[in-house]
Amino acid sequence: MSKILVGLKRVVDYNVRVRVKPDGTGVVTEGVKMSINPFDEIALEEALRIKEKGGATEVIVASIGPADTQQQLRTGLAMGADRAILVQSDAAVEPLAAAKIFLKLIEKEGPQIVLLGKQGIDDDNNQTGQMLAALWNRPQATFASKVELDSGKARVTREVDAGLETIEVDLPAVITTDLRLNEPRYVKLPDIMKAKKKPLDTLAIADLGVDTGSQFKTLKYEAPAARSKGVMVKDVNELVAALKQKGLV
Amino acid sequence: MTRILIVAEHAGGKLNPATAKCVACASKIEGAEVDVVVLAADASAVAAEAATLQGVKKVLKVENAANAEPLAAVLAPQVAAVAANYTHVFGPSTTFGKDLMPRVAALLGVGQLSDIMAAESAYRFRRPVYAGNAIITVEAASDKKVVATVRVASFQAVAGGGSAAVEAANVNAELPSHTRFITRSAAKTGRPDLQTAAKVVSGGRAVGSADNFKVIYGLADKLGAGVGASRAAVDAGYAPNDLQVGQTGKIIAPELYVAVGISGAIQHLTGIKDARTIVAINKDPEAPIFEVADIGLVGDLFTVVPELEKALG
Repeated sequence: MSKILVGLKRVVDYNVRVRVKPDGTGVVTEGVKMSINPFDEIALEEALRIKEKGGATEVIVASIGPADTQQQLRTGLAMGADRAILVQSDAAVEPLAAAKIFLKLIEKEGPQIVLLGKQGIDDDNNQTGQMLAALWNRPQATFASKVELDSGKARVTREVDAGLETIEVDLPAVITTDLRLNEPRYVKLPDIMKAKKKPLDTLAIADLGVDTGSQFKTLKYEAPAARSKGVMVKDVNELVAALKQKGLV
Repeated sequence: MTRILIVAEHAGGKLNPATAKCVACASKIEGAEVDVVVLAADASAVAAEAATLQGVKKVLKVENAANAEPLAAVLAPQVAAVAANYTHVFGPSTTFGKDLMPRVAALLGVGQLSDIMAAESAYRFRRPVYAGNAIITVEAASDKKVVATVRVASFQAVAGGGSAAVEAANVNAELPSHTRFITRSAAKTGRPDLQTAAKVVSGGRAVGSADNFKVIYGLADKLGAGVGASRAAVDAGYAPNDLQVGQTGKIIAPELYVAVGISGAIQHLTGIKDARTIVAINKDPEAPIFEVADIGLVGDLFTVVPELEKALG
């Protein structure tokens, strides 16, 4: 049995224009569409492709969040995951605590590969995969744009500032996904029906024996400073004149 | 006493300018003592360069053949060992720092702050969330080490001319062999590096094809600029991945940013909002890019850009 564990985070849908609450205590989430974090969807798609090619026998999706997170896990099951685990928590957990929780799931499930999105598009932390790899004392291959498996090893091409970097890691390992690793499949109606019968276990966060205490306190949320509106020029000559005036050409 | 360790980023024996920006961030914290650590196979040249940065007290060299390539799993235990004597550990919010610093933090048993754009005190910082649609002020517990990545676009590099002491650090850390470097393919274009270029010309979906992108390259070469692309242009295959500018690509802060045929999706604007001057060329007068542009020109890019190139002589 070779398992892949995939993390799915419930986040504000990427099409929603996020607004800061007037009192600065957070962003508006009431009545806002929630979805699987797009990078995590890519992670699940990659896991399913690996399984379809015979590289794994079971794909497990797991999430940490409120009871409503079952919706995103059901979507993951409809995409093709075999079963789901929800670690229920009404309070948000910091990435270090999320990594500790995933380590507990690893100890229980013994996956060969843990696939996570490189970052959640809510807090934009980009930390959990790296922290999990450190706590697990295993390799990390972050920002993956290509994953090839070969007898107990993974060769991963990573998107780095300088271009593309390829590393080889021994399994088990943590892989985090970048945007262009794959294009996630659409969920079909019959799959949604089938997903309702797949197992979804719920664990109470308190039962895992993990320290979820926070180190950081958010004091306030603010809208970003707006850039002041500039000038419109009529033609190229005016554009060049404006650039010359600013000493830019 | 606030003691800040900065992990230097370097390649090919040269210090990455992101390091000087991390020093700038650290120097904003009152009374902080700032040191830099250089991990490399041979750290001499990079350490000497780091020693010239204003505000740096000491440069530590950690030399090991295993450090020839920046593998997070190999570097993290060494950084964590050196960090024992510090209250803060900063790295740049580049792919190097984003890969490494959370691993360092977890080894130290602490959390991490990502993309800090302002340090209000040793334990109070500002950082963007939701693709830059909100800025949060965060307070870190003062009884724990603060590990953070610094949003390089938010800081001006400190000047050179300093002369910090350079010392070899003795690090006792077990290094894993489970992660191996294979290869790196960097596009050698002869153009300025996108991340650090003073001028950048970017093309969007309206450019229409990979072949048409030569219009963008032409203008960039005329201006001596680096080249970027919107996510739409990269997804469509008009430009390679490493040229992507935006929240999920590179966040840049050039003196001049020329957006050609880019509509201005929020995630793209997040990547350029610290640019000094933004010029937008787009045939749609309603394009959101004009909301943030300092100079806007409505017109067809295939007419305007060649004309502009000509007008620049």
